[in-house]
Amino acid sequence: MSRMNWPAVRAIYVFEMHRFLRTATQSILAPVISTSLYFVVFGAAIGARMNTVDGVPYGLFIVPGLMMLSLLTQSITNASFGIYFPRFAGTIYEILSAPISPVEVVLGYVGAAASKAIIIALIILATAALFVPLRVEHPFWMLAFLLLTAVTFSLFGFVIGLWADGFERLQMVPLLIITPLTFLGGSFYAIEMLPPFWQTVSLANPVVYLISGFRWSFFGRADIGIAASLGMTMLFLVLCLGAVTYIFRTGYRLKS
Amino acid sequence: MPPILQIQNLQKTYASGLSALADVNLEIARGEIFALLGPNGAGKSTLINIICGIVTPSGGTITVDGHDIARDYRQARATIGLVPQELTTDAFETVIKTVSFTRGLFGLRRDPAHIERVLRDLSLWEKRDSRMMQLSGGMKRRVLIAKALSHEPRLLFLDEPTAGVDVELRQDMWRLVRRLRDQGVTVILTTHYIEEAEEMADRIGVIRKGRIILVEEKAELMRKLGRKQLTLQLAEPLSALPPALIDRGLELGSEGRELVYTYDSQAERTGITRLLNDLTQAGLSFTDLQTRQSSLEDIFVGLMRERA
Repeated sequence: MSRMNWPAVRAIYVFEMHRFLRTATQSILAPVISTSLYFVVFGAAIGARMNTVDGVPYGLFIVPGLMMLSLLTQSITNASFGIYFPRFAGTIYEILSAPISPVEVVLGYVGAAASKAIIIALIILATAALFVPLRVEHPFWMLAFLLLTAVTFSLFGFVIGLWADGFERLQMVPLLIITPLTFLGGSFYAIEMLPPFWQTVSLANPVVYLISGFRWSFFGRADIGIAASLGMTMLFLVLCLGAVTYIFRTGYRLKS
Repeated sequence: MPPILQIQNLQKTYASGLSALADVNLEIARGEIFALLGPNGAGKSTLINIICGIVTPSGGTITVDGHDIARDYRQARATIGLVPQELTTDAFETVIKTVSFTRGLFGLRRDPAHIERVLRDLSLWEKRDSRMMQLSGGMKRRVLIAKALSHEPRLLFLDEPTAGVDVELRQDMWRLVRRLRDQGVTVILTTHYIEEAEEMADRIGVIRKGRIILVEEKAELMRKLGRKQLTLQLAEPLSALPPALIDRGLELGSEGRELVYTYDSQAERTGITRLLNDLTQAGLSFTDLQTRQSSLEDIFVGLMRERA
Protein backbone atom coordinates (compact mmCIF):
# COMPACT_ATOMS: atom_id res chain seq x y z
CA MET A 1 0.00 0.00 0.00
CA SER A 2 2.87 2.37 -0.60
CA ARG A 3 1.02 3.77 -3.58
CA MET A 4 -0.50 7.23 -3.33
CA ASN A 5 -3.43 7.74 -0.99
CA TRP A 6 -5.56 9.65 -3.48
CA PRO A 7 -8.78 9.48 -1.46
CA ALA A 8 -6.95 11.43 1.26
CA VAL A 9 -5.75 14.10 -1.17
CA ARG A 10 -9.29 14.37 -2.46
CA ALA A 11 -10.73 14.54 1.08
CA ILE A 12 -8.43 17.43 2.06
CA TYR A 13 -8.97 19.22 -1.25
CA VAL A 14 -12.76 18.94 -1.05
CA PHE A 15 -12.75 19.96 2.62
CA GLU A 16 -10.75 23.08 1.83
CA MET A 17 -12.79 24.01 -1.24
CA HIS A 18 -15.91 23.56 0.81
CA ARG A 19 -14.57 26.05 3.33
CA PHE A 20 -14.07 28.48 0.43
CA LEU A 21 -17.60 27.97 -0.87
CA ARG A 22 -19.09 28.36 2.59
CA THR A 23 -17.82 31.91 2.56
CA ALA A 24 -18.40 32.35 -1.17
CA THR A 25 -20.03 35.73 -0.82
CA GLN A 26 -17.05 37.36 0.77
CA SER A 27 -14.48 35.27 -1.12
CA ILE A 28 -15.89 36.31 -4.48
CA LEU A 29 -17.54 39.64 -3.85
CA ALA A 30 -14.49 41.16 -2.15
CA PRO A 31 -12.11 40.80 -5.13
CA VAL A 32 -14.80 41.97 -7.56
CA ILE A 33 -15.44 45.10 -5.53
CA SER A 34 -11.79 45.91 -4.94
CA THR A 35 -10.93 45.38 -8.61
CA SER A 36 -13.78 47.64 -9.65
CA LEU A 37 -12.49 50.29 -7.22
CA TYR A 38 -8.99 50.05 -8.68
CA PHE A 39 -10.40 50.56 -12.14
CA VAL A 40 -12.49 53.51 -11.07
CA VAL A 41 -9.57 55.15 -9.26
CA PHE A 42 -6.56 54.19 -11.38
CA GLY A 43 -8.20 53.37 -14.65
CA ALA A 44 -10.80 56.06 -15.07
CA ALA A 45 -9.70 58.90 -12.78
CA ILE A 46 -5.92 58.77 -13.18
CA GLY A 47 -5.58 56.67 -16.35
CA ALA A 48 -7.67 59.15 -18.32
CA ARG A 49 -4.96 61.78 -17.72
CA MET A 50 -2.12 59.40 -18.58
CA ASN A 51 -0.62 58.39 -21.84
CA THR A 52 -0.17 54.79 -22.75
CA VAL A 53 2.51 52.79 -20.96
CA ASP A 54 4.72 50.98 -23.39
CA GLY A 55 2.02 51.35 -26.01
CA VAL A 56 -0.66 49.89 -23.74
CA PRO A 57 -3.54 52.04 -22.42
CA TYR A 58 -3.06 52.51 -18.66
CA GLY A 59 -6.38 50.86 -17.72
CA LEU A 60 -5.35 47.74 -19.55
CA PHE A 61 -1.77 47.95 -18.36
CA ILE A 62 -2.73 47.45 -14.71
CA VAL A 63 -4.79 44.27 -15.29
CA PRO A 64 -1.93 41.75 -14.93
CA GLY A 65 -0.64 43.57 -11.83
CA LEU A 66 -4.07 43.55 -10.23
CA MET A 67 -4.45 39.85 -10.91
CA MET A 68 -0.99 39.17 -9.47
CA LEU A 69 -1.72 41.22 -6.38
CA SER A 70 -4.75 39.09 -5.60
CA LEU A 71 -3.13 35.85 -6.69
CA LEU A 72 -0.22 36.34 -4.26
CA THR A 73 -2.26 37.42 -1.26
CA GLN A 74 -4.98 34.82 -1.85
CA SER A 75 -2.50 31.98 -2.31
CA ILE A 76 -0.69 32.86 0.88
CA THR A 77 -3.71 33.54 3.07
CA ASN A 78 -5.65 30.49 1.87
CA ALA A 79 -2.79 28.07 2.31
CA SER A 80 -1.53 29.49 5.59
CA PHE A 81 -4.99 29.59 7.13
CA GLY A 82 -5.80 26.15 5.75
CA ILE A 83 -3.01 24.45 7.68
CA TYR A 84 -2.84 26.86 10.62
CA PHE A 85 -6.46 26.43 11.61
CA PRO A 86 -6.30 22.65 12.27
CA ARG A 87 -3.15 23.27 14.31
CA PHE A 88 -4.93 25.99 16.26
CA ALA A 89 -8.15 23.97 16.75
CA GLY A 90 -6.32 20.70 17.43
CA THR A 91 -7.91 18.79 14.56
CA ILE A 92 -4.42 18.35 13.09
CA TYR A 93 -4.29 15.08 15.07
CA GLU A 94 -6.37 13.53 12.33
CA ILE A 95 -3.94 14.46 9.60
CA LEU A 96 -0.97 13.26 11.66
CA SER A 97 -2.52 9.92 12.54
CA ALA A 98 -3.86 9.15 9.06
CA PRO A 99 -1.96 6.97 6.59
CA ILE A 100 -0.92 10.00 4.56
CA SER A 101 2.49 11.00 3.26
CA PRO A 102 3.68 14.61 3.44
CA VAL A 103 3.38 14.83 -0.34
CA GLU A 104 -0.31 14.02 -0.12
CA VAL A 105 -0.92 16.53 2.66
CA VAL A 106 0.77 19.25 0.61
CA LEU A 107 -1.09 18.27 -2.57
CA GLY A 108 -4.41 18.56 -0.75
CA TYR A 109 -3.83 21.86 1.03
CA VAL A 110 -1.66 23.60 -1.55
CA GLY A 111 -3.77 22.30 -4.42
CA ALA A 112 -6.91 23.74 -2.86
CA ALA A 113 -5.28 27.07 -1.96
CA ALA A 114 -3.86 27.46 -5.47
CA SER A 115 -7.23 26.57 -7.02
CA LYS A 116 -9.00 29.21 -4.97
CA ALA A 117 -6.39 31.83 -5.83
CA ILE A 118 -6.64 31.03 -9.54
CA ILE A 119 -10.44 31.17 -9.45
CA ILE A 120 -10.26 34.61 -7.84
CA ALA A 121 -7.64 35.82 -10.33
CA LEU A 122 -9.91 34.71 -13.18
CA ILE A 123 -12.85 36.50 -11.57
CA ILE A 124 -10.72 39.65 -11.53
CA LEU A 125 -9.88 39.11 -15.17
CA ALA A 126 -13.58 38.78 -15.98
CA THR A 127 -14.36 41.91 -13.96
CA ALA A 128 -11.60 43.76 -15.78
CA ALA A 129 -13.16 42.77 -19.10
CA LEU A 130 -16.16 44.87 -18.14
CA PHE A 131 -13.96 47.98 -17.94
CA VAL A 132 -11.33 47.58 -20.64
CA PRO A 133 -11.05 45.73 -23.96
CA LEU A 134 -8.87 42.78 -22.93
CA ARG A 135 -6.27 41.11 -25.04
CA VAL A 136 -4.05 38.20 -24.13
CA GLU A 137 -1.24 37.51 -26.57
CA HIS A 138 0.08 34.29 -25.05
CA PRO A 139 -2.88 32.59 -23.32
CA PHE A 140 -0.88 29.42 -22.65
CA TRP A 141 1.87 31.34 -20.88
CA MET A 142 -0.66 33.41 -19.02
CA LEU A 143 -2.21 30.26 -17.56
CA ALA A 144 1.25 28.78 -16.97
CA PHE A 145 2.36 31.84 -14.96
CA LEU A 146 -0.94 31.84 -13.13
CA LEU A 147 -0.54 28.22 -12.12
CA LEU A 148 3.15 28.43 -11.29
CA THR A 149 2.74 31.54 -9.18
CA ALA A 150 -0.33 30.21 -7.39
CA VAL A 151 1.41 26.94 -6.53
CA THR A 152 4.62 28.67 -5.44
CA PHE A 153 2.92 31.15 -3.16
CA SER A 154 0.50 28.58 -1.80
CA LEU A 155 3.57 26.55 -0.78
CA PHE A 156 4.98 29.71 0.77
CA GLY A 157 1.68 30.24 2.60
CA PHE A 158 1.74 26.64 3.78
CA VAL A 159 5.17 27.24 5.31
CA ILE A 160 3.88 30.37 7.03
CA GLY A 161 0.87 28.43 8.33
CA LEU A 162 3.21 25.89 9.88
CA TRP A 163 5.54 28.53 11.29
CA ALA A 164 2.89 30.87 12.70
CA ASP A 165 2.00 30.52 16.36
CA GLY A 166 -0.79 33.05 16.35
CA PHE A 167 -3.24 34.77 14.04
CA GLU A 168 -1.15 37.98 14.08
CA ARG A 169 1.80 36.21 12.52
CA LEU A 170 -0.49 34.68 9.96
CA GLN A 171 -1.53 38.18 8.87
CA MET A 172 1.91 39.67 9.18
CA VAL A 173 3.62 38.24 6.12
CA PRO A 174 0.94 39.01 3.54
CA LEU A 175 0.33 42.44 5.03
CA LEU A 176 3.86 43.61 5.77
CA ILE A 177 5.83 41.87 3.02
CA ILE A 178 3.71 40.73 0.10
CA THR A 179 1.48 43.79 -0.32
CA PRO A 180 4.41 46.28 -0.30
CA LEU A 181 6.48 44.07 -2.59
CA THR A 182 3.58 43.80 -5.01
CA PHE A 183 2.88 47.53 -5.03
CA LEU A 184 6.58 48.24 -5.49
CA GLY A 185 6.89 45.38 -7.96
CA GLY A 186 5.36 47.26 -10.85
CA SER A 187 1.68 46.38 -10.46
CA PHE A 188 0.73 49.90 -11.43
CA TYR A 189 3.76 51.11 -13.39
CA ALA A 190 6.55 49.89 -15.62
CA ILE A 191 9.91 49.58 -13.85
CA GLU A 192 11.53 51.77 -16.51
CA MET A 193 9.36 54.67 -15.32
CA LEU A 194 11.51 54.75 -12.15
CA PRO A 195 14.82 56.63 -11.71
CA PRO A 196 17.81 54.35 -12.58
CA PHE A 197 18.77 53.81 -8.92
CA TRP A 198 15.31 52.52 -8.00
CA GLN A 199 15.23 50.38 -11.11
CA THR A 200 18.30 48.55 -9.77
CA VAL A 201 16.76 48.24 -6.31
CA SER A 202 13.60 46.83 -7.88
CA LEU A 203 15.56 43.96 -9.37
CA ALA A 204 15.98 42.62 -5.82
CA ASN A 205 12.20 42.36 -5.51
CA PRO A 206 11.11 38.87 -6.59
CA VAL A 207 7.59 40.05 -7.33
CA VAL A 208 8.96 42.26 -10.14
CA TYR A 209 9.84 39.13 -12.10
CA LEU A 210 6.42 37.57 -11.58
CA ILE A 211 4.51 40.64 -12.69
CA SER A 212 6.82 41.31 -15.59
CA GLY A 213 6.49 37.75 -16.90
CA PHE A 214 2.76 37.78 -16.42
CA ARG A 215 2.43 41.12 -18.20
CA TRP A 216 4.48 39.75 -21.08
CA SER A 217 1.93 36.97 -21.56
CA PHE A 218 -0.73 39.67 -21.98
CA PHE A 219 1.00 42.28 -24.11
CA GLY A 220 4.09 40.57 -25.48
CA ARG A 221 6.39 43.10 -23.82
CA ALA A 222 8.01 43.19 -20.40
CA ASP A 223 10.42 45.00 -18.09
CA ILE A 224 12.57 41.94 -17.75
CA GLY A 225 13.39 39.09 -20.09
CA ILE A 226 10.84 36.32 -20.02
CA ALA A 227 13.54 33.73 -19.30
CA ALA A 228 14.65 35.63 -16.19
CA SER A 229 11.03 35.89 -15.05
CA LEU A 230 10.44 32.20 -15.50
CA GLY A 231 13.76 31.34 -13.88
CA MET A 232 13.07 33.45 -10.79
CA THR A 233 9.58 31.97 -10.42
CA MET A 234 11.00 28.46 -10.64
CA LEU A 235 13.74 29.31 -8.17
CA PHE A 236 11.21 30.49 -5.63
CA LEU A 237 9.14 27.37 -6.23
CA VAL A 238 12.16 25.19 -5.51
CA LEU A 239 12.98 27.18 -2.34
CA CYS A 240 9.44 26.72 -1.06
CA LEU A 241 9.44 23.02 -1.89
CA GLY A 242 12.73 22.69 -0.01
CA ALA A 243 11.29 24.45 3.05
CA VAL A 244 8.21 22.22 3.06
CA THR A 245 10.33 19.08 2.69
CA TYR A 246 12.55 20.18 5.57
CA ILE A 247 9.52 20.82 7.77
CA PHE A 248 8.05 17.39 7.20
CA ARG A 249 11.36 15.65 7.58
CA THR A 250 11.99 17.23 10.98
CA GLY A 251 8.37 17.35 12.13
CA TYR A 252 8.95 21.04 12.93
CA ARG A 253 5.87 22.53 14.64
CA LEU A 254 3.86 19.46 13.73
CA LYS A 255 5.15 16.81 16.10
CA SER A 256 6.73 16.90 19.51
CA MET B 1 -0.49 -14.09 13.30
CA PRO B 2 1.50 -11.33 14.97
CA PRO B 3 -0.08 -9.63 17.99
CA ILE B 4 -2.20 -6.64 17.07
CA LEU B 5 0.16 -4.38 18.99
CA GLN B 6 3.68 -4.96 20.15
CA ILE B 7 5.75 -2.33 21.95
CA GLN B 8 9.40 -2.90 22.74
CA ASN B 9 11.70 -0.72 24.81
CA LEU B 10 9.71 2.38 24.00
CA GLN B 11 11.12 5.63 25.31
CA LYS B 12 10.09 9.22 25.02
CA THR B 13 11.92 12.24 26.29
CA TYR B 14 10.46 15.58 25.26
CA ALA B 15 12.65 18.44 24.07
CA SER B 16 12.13 20.04 27.49
CA GLY B 17 14.00 17.10 29.00
CA LEU B 18 10.84 15.64 30.50
CA SER B 19 10.95 11.87 30.35
CA ALA B 20 7.39 10.82 29.57
CA LEU B 21 7.98 7.13 28.90
CA ALA B 22 10.80 4.90 30.06
CA ASP B 23 11.35 1.47 28.60
CA VAL B 24 7.74 0.50 27.95
CA ASN B 25 7.10 -3.06 26.80
CA LEU B 26 3.60 -4.20 26.05
CA GLU B 27 1.84 -6.76 23.92
CA ILE B 28 -1.85 -6.63 23.11
CA ALA B 29 -3.69 -9.67 21.82
CA ARG B 30 -6.24 -9.55 19.05
CA GLY B 31 -9.79 -8.94 20.16
CA GLU B 32 -9.13 -8.04 23.77
CA ILE B 33 -10.25 -4.99 25.66
CA PHE B 34 -7.27 -3.52 27.43
CA ALA B 35 -7.54 -0.75 29.98
CA LEU B 36 -4.56 1.41 30.72
CA LEU B 37 -4.90 2.96 34.13
CA GLY B 38 -2.82 5.68 35.62
CA PRO B 39 -2.97 9.08 37.26
CA ASN B 40 -2.81 12.30 35.23
CA GLY B 41 0.57 12.86 33.64
CA ALA B 42 1.56 9.19 33.90
CA GLY B 43 2.17 8.92 30.15
CA LYS B 44 -1.08 7.37 28.94
CA SER B 45 -1.76 9.90 26.21
CA THR B 46 1.90 10.09 25.20
CA LEU B 47 1.89 6.34 24.68
CA ILE B 48 -1.23 6.45 22.52
CA ASN B 49 -0.03 9.47 20.56
CA ILE B 50 3.23 7.72 19.73
CA ILE B 51 1.46 4.59 18.51
CA CYS B 52 -0.84 6.72 16.35
CA GLY B 53 1.95 8.80 14.80
CA ILE B 54 1.22 12.11 16.51
CA VAL B 55 4.30 12.12 18.74
CA THR B 56 7.73 10.90 17.66
CA PRO B 57 9.30 8.28 19.95
CA SER B 58 12.86 8.76 21.25
CA GLY B 59 13.62 5.05 21.07
CA GLY B 60 12.19 1.57 20.79
CA THR B 61 9.98 -0.16 18.25
CA ILE B 62 6.25 -0.52 17.81
CA THR B 63 4.46 -2.82 15.42
CA VAL B 64 0.76 -2.75 14.69
CA ASP B 65 -0.54 -5.96 13.19
CA GLY B 66 3.07 -6.77 12.31
CA HIS B 67 3.71 -3.41 10.61
CA ASP B 68 6.41 -1.13 12.00
CA ILE B 69 4.79 2.24 12.76
CA ALA B 70 7.72 4.17 11.27
CA ARG B 71 8.66 2.07 8.26
CA ASP B 72 5.21 0.79 7.26
CA TYR B 73 3.29 3.74 8.64
CA ARG B 74 0.55 3.49 6.04
CA GLN B 75 -0.42 -0.08 6.88
CA ALA B 76 0.05 0.48 10.60
CA ARG B 77 -2.05 3.65 10.75
CA ALA B 78 -4.76 2.29 8.45
CA THR B 79 -5.39 -0.35 11.13
CA ILE B 80 -5.88 2.19 13.92
CA GLY B 81 -8.83 4.32 14.94
CA LEU B 82 -8.20 7.05 17.49
CA VAL B 83 -10.67 8.86 19.69
CA PRO B 84 -8.64 11.63 21.32
CA GLN B 85 -9.18 12.98 24.76
CA GLU B 86 -9.77 16.59 23.73
CA LEU B 87 -13.01 17.51 21.99
CA THR B 88 -11.36 18.95 18.91
CA THR B 89 -13.69 19.38 15.97
CA ASP B 90 -14.20 21.47 12.86
CA ALA B 91 -16.73 23.89 14.27
CA PHE B 92 -18.27 24.85 10.93
CA GLU B 93 -18.53 21.42 9.36
CA THR B 94 -21.61 19.22 9.49
CA VAL B 95 -21.51 15.89 11.29
CA ILE B 96 -21.79 13.76 8.17
CA LYS B 97 -19.16 15.74 6.27
CA THR B 98 -16.60 15.59 9.03
CA VAL B 99 -17.13 11.85 9.51
CA SER B 100 -16.85 11.17 5.78
CA PHE B 101 -13.71 13.34 5.67
CA THR B 102 -11.97 10.99 8.09
CA ARG B 103 -12.83 7.97 5.98
CA GLY B 104 -11.24 9.72 3.01
CA LEU B 105 -8.10 10.55 4.96
CA PHE B 106 -7.66 6.87 5.65
CA GLY B 107 -7.62 6.13 1.95
CA LEU B 108 -10.99 4.45 1.70
CA ARG B 109 -13.57 4.93 -1.02
CA ARG B 110 -16.79 6.67 -0.09
CA ASP B 111 -19.31 4.36 1.51
CA PRO B 112 -22.47 6.23 2.51
CA ALA B 113 -24.07 2.99 3.80
CA HIS B 114 -21.23 2.42 6.26
CA ILE B 115 -21.27 6.05 7.40
CA GLU B 116 -25.03 5.85 7.95
CA ARG B 117 -24.62 2.67 10.01
CA VAL B 118 -21.94 4.28 12.18
CA LEU B 119 -24.01 7.42 12.72
CA ARG B 120 -27.11 5.40 13.58
CA ASP B 121 -25.16 3.21 16.01
CA LEU B 122 -24.08 6.35 17.84
CA SER B 123 -27.53 7.99 17.71
CA LEU B 124 -26.13 10.72 15.47
CA TRP B 125 -28.17 10.11 12.34
CA GLU B 126 -30.79 12.75 13.23
CA LYS B 127 -27.98 15.24 13.77
CA ARG B 128 -26.09 14.47 10.58
CA ASP B 129 -26.67 17.90 9.04
CA SER B 130 -25.99 19.86 12.23
CA ARG B 131 -22.81 21.83 12.42
CA MET B 132 -20.31 20.68 15.00
CA MET B 133 -20.53 23.92 16.96
CA GLN B 134 -24.26 23.36 17.51
CA LEU B 135 -23.65 20.07 19.32
CA SER B 136 -23.35 19.44 23.04
CA GLY B 137 -20.12 18.06 24.50
CA GLY B 138 -21.55 14.55 24.68
CA MET B 139 -22.64 14.70 21.04
CA LYS B 140 -19.20 15.91 19.99
CA ARG B 141 -17.69 12.96 21.79
CA ARG B 142 -20.00 10.68 19.80
CA VAL B 143 -18.88 12.35 16.57
CA LEU B 144 -15.22 11.75 17.46
CA ILE B 145 -16.04 8.07 17.95
CA ALA B 146 -17.92 8.01 14.64
CA LYS B 147 -14.87 9.52 12.92
CA ALA B 148 -12.64 6.82 14.36
CA LEU B 149 -15.06 4.09 13.26
CA SER B 150 -15.60 5.59 9.81
CA HIS B 151 -12.59 3.77 8.41
CA GLU B 152 -13.32 0.40 9.99
CA PRO B 153 -10.27 0.13 12.26
CA ARG B 154 -9.20 -3.16 13.78
CA LEU B 155 -7.48 -1.49 16.72
CA LEU B 156 -9.40 1.27 18.45
CA PHE B 157 -7.92 3.70 20.97
CA LEU B 158 -10.27 5.45 23.34
CA ASP B 159 -8.32 8.07 25.25
CA GLU B 160 -10.38 8.92 28.33
CA PRO B 161 -13.62 8.18 26.49
CA THR B 162 -15.97 8.99 29.34
CA ALA B 163 -14.32 12.05 30.83
CA GLY B 164 -17.14 14.55 31.38
CA VAL B 165 -19.74 12.31 29.81
CA ASP B 166 -23.23 11.67 31.22
CA VAL B 167 -24.39 8.27 32.46
CA GLU B 168 -26.44 7.51 29.37
CA LEU B 169 -23.59 8.08 26.97
CA ARG B 170 -21.22 6.16 29.20
CA GLN B 171 -23.47 3.13 29.06
CA ASP B 172 -23.96 3.54 25.32
CA MET B 173 -20.22 3.62 24.96
CA TRP B 174 -19.73 0.47 26.99
CA ARG B 175 -22.32 -1.31 24.85
CA LEU B 176 -20.58 -0.09 21.73
CA VAL B 177 -17.18 -1.29 22.90
CA ARG B 178 -18.56 -4.75 23.60
CA ARG B 179 -20.21 -4.86 20.19
CA LEU B 180 -16.92 -3.85 18.56
CA ARG B 181 -15.11 -6.57 20.45
CA ASP B 182 -17.69 -9.06 19.19
CA GLN B 183 -16.81 -7.93 15.68
CA GLY B 184 -13.15 -8.67 16.37
CA VAL B 185 -11.96 -5.12 17.03
CA THR B 186 -9.27 -4.76 19.69
CA VAL B 187 -9.96 -1.88 22.06
CA ILE B 188 -7.42 -0.04 24.17
CA LEU B 189 -8.84 2.52 26.53
CA THR B 190 -7.20 4.82 28.98
CA THR B 191 -9.09 5.97 31.94
CA HIS B 192 -8.73 7.12 35.45
CA TYR B 193 -12.23 5.93 36.26
CA ILE B 194 -11.44 2.58 37.74
CA GLU B 195 -15.04 1.42 37.55
CA GLU B 196 -14.72 1.73 33.81
CA ALA B 197 -11.78 -0.63 33.65
CA GLU B 198 -13.48 -2.95 36.08
CA GLU B 199 -16.64 -2.96 33.99
CA MET B 200 -15.09 -3.38 30.57
CA ALA B 201 -11.56 -4.64 30.45
CA ASP B 202 -10.22 -8.13 29.93
CA ARG B 203 -6.76 -7.04 30.96
CA ILE B 204 -5.50 -4.09 32.88
CA GLY B 205 -2.21 -2.28 32.71
CA VAL B 206 -1.13 0.28 35.24
CA ILE B 207 1.21 3.05 34.18
CA ARG B 208 2.97 5.37 36.55
CA LYS B 209 5.63 7.98 35.86
CA GLY B 210 6.18 6.64 32.35
CA ARG B 211 6.60 3.03 33.39
CA ILE B 212 4.17 0.19 33.10
CA ILE B 213 4.24 -1.24 36.58
CA LEU B 214 1.70 -3.99 36.14
CA VAL B 215 -0.15 -5.88 33.41
CA GLU B 216 -2.62 -8.53 34.48
CA GLU B 217 -5.85 -10.24 33.53
CA LYS B 218 -8.56 -8.34 35.32
CA ALA B 219 -10.02 -11.44 36.96
CA GLU B 220 -6.57 -12.53 38.07
CA LEU B 221 -5.80 -9.09 39.40
CA MET B 222 -9.02 -8.96 41.34
CA ARG B 223 -8.35 -12.43 42.67
CA LYS B 224 -4.76 -11.79 43.61
CA LEU B 225 -5.34 -8.51 45.25
CA GLY B 226 -9.03 -8.80 45.89
CA ARG B 227 -9.48 -9.47 49.56
CA LYS B 228 -12.79 -9.62 51.27
CA GLN B 229 -13.53 -8.58 54.81
CA LEU B 230 -16.24 -9.76 57.14
CA THR B 231 -17.00 -7.44 60.01
CA LEU B 232 -18.99 -8.72 62.99
CA GLN B 233 -20.53 -6.34 65.51
CA LEU B 234 -20.26 -7.97 68.88
CA ALA B 235 -23.07 -7.82 71.42
CA GLU B 236 -20.52 -7.55 74.27
CA PRO B 237 -17.14 -5.85 73.73
CA LEU B 238 -14.04 -8.02 74.14
CA SER B 239 -10.79 -6.96 75.74
CA ALA B 240 -8.80 -9.67 73.92
CA LEU B 241 -9.36 -12.48 71.46
CA PRO B 242 -10.35 -15.79 73.08
CA PRO B 243 -7.36 -18.22 72.86
CA ALA B 244 -9.24 -20.51 70.43
CA LEU B 245 -9.52 -17.70 67.88
CA ILE B 246 -5.93 -16.50 67.81
CA ASP B 247 -4.01 -16.98 64.56
CA ARG B 248 -7.14 -17.24 62.49
CA GLY B 249 -6.84 -13.98 60.56
CA LEU B 250 -9.03 -12.16 63.04
CA GLU B 251 -8.59 -8.68 64.37
CA LEU B 252 -10.34 -6.88 67.09
CA GLY B 253 -11.49 -3.40 66.24
CA SER B 254 -13.54 -0.44 67.52
CA GLU B 255 -12.38 -0.88 71.10
CA GLY B 256 -13.36 -4.52 71.13
CA ARG B 257 -16.81 -4.03 69.63
CA GLU B 258 -15.93 -5.49 66.23
CA LEU B 259 -14.28 -8.61 64.92
CA VAL B 260 -12.77 -8.23 61.46
CA TYR B 261 -12.07 -11.35 59.44
CA THR B 262 -10.04 -11.01 56.23
CA TYR B 263 -10.21 -13.84 53.72
CA ASP B 264 -9.77 -14.69 50.06
CA SER B 265 -13.20 -14.65 48.48
CA GLN B 266 -12.07 -16.81 45.55
CA ALA B 267 -10.60 -19.54 47.75
CA GLU B 268 -12.31 -22.91 47.89
CA ARG B 269 -12.72 -22.68 51.62
CA THR B 270 -13.22 -19.25 53.00
CA GLY B 271 -13.38 -20.54 56.55
CA ILE B 272 -16.51 -18.60 57.32
CA THR B 273 -18.64 -21.53 58.45
CA ARG B 274 -15.92 -22.73 60.79
CA LEU B 275 -15.38 -19.27 62.13
CA LEU B 276 -19.05 -18.75 62.88
CA ASN B 277 -19.22 -22.15 64.59
CA ASP B 278 -16.16 -21.35 66.66
CA LEU B 279 -17.62 -17.99 67.65
CA THR B 280 -20.80 -19.67 68.87
CA GLN B 281 -18.69 -22.25 70.75
CA ALA B 282 -16.73 -19.44 72.37
CA GLY B 283 -20.05 -18.01 73.53
CA LEU B 284 -19.76 -14.82 71.49
CA SER B 285 -22.94 -13.34 70.05
CA PHE B 286 -23.16 -10.54 67.55
CA THR B 287 -25.72 -7.97 66.55
CA ASP B 288 -24.85 -7.34 62.93
CA LEU B 289 -22.43 -8.29 60.17
CA GLN B 290 -21.17 -6.78 56.89
CA THR B 291 -18.88 -8.01 54.14
CA ARG B 292 -16.87 -5.75 51.89
CA GLN B 293 -14.91 -6.61 48.75
CA SER B 294 -11.95 -4.47 47.82
CA SER B 295 -12.59 -2.87 44.44
CA LEU B 296 -10.10 -2.24 41.69
CA GLU B 297 -9.95 1.26 43.07
CA ASP B 298 -8.66 0.00 46.44
CA ILE B 299 -6.15 -2.13 44.59
CA PHE B 300 -5.08 0.78 42.48
CA VAL B 301 -4.72 3.17 45.38
CA GLY B 302 -2.76 0.47 47.19
CA LEU B 303 -0.45 0.02 44.23
CA MET B 304 0.21 3.72 43.88
CA ARG B 305 0.95 4.02 47.57
CA GLU B 306 3.21 0.99 47.54
CA ARG B 307 5.33 2.37 44.73
CA ALA B 308 5.38 5.96 45.84
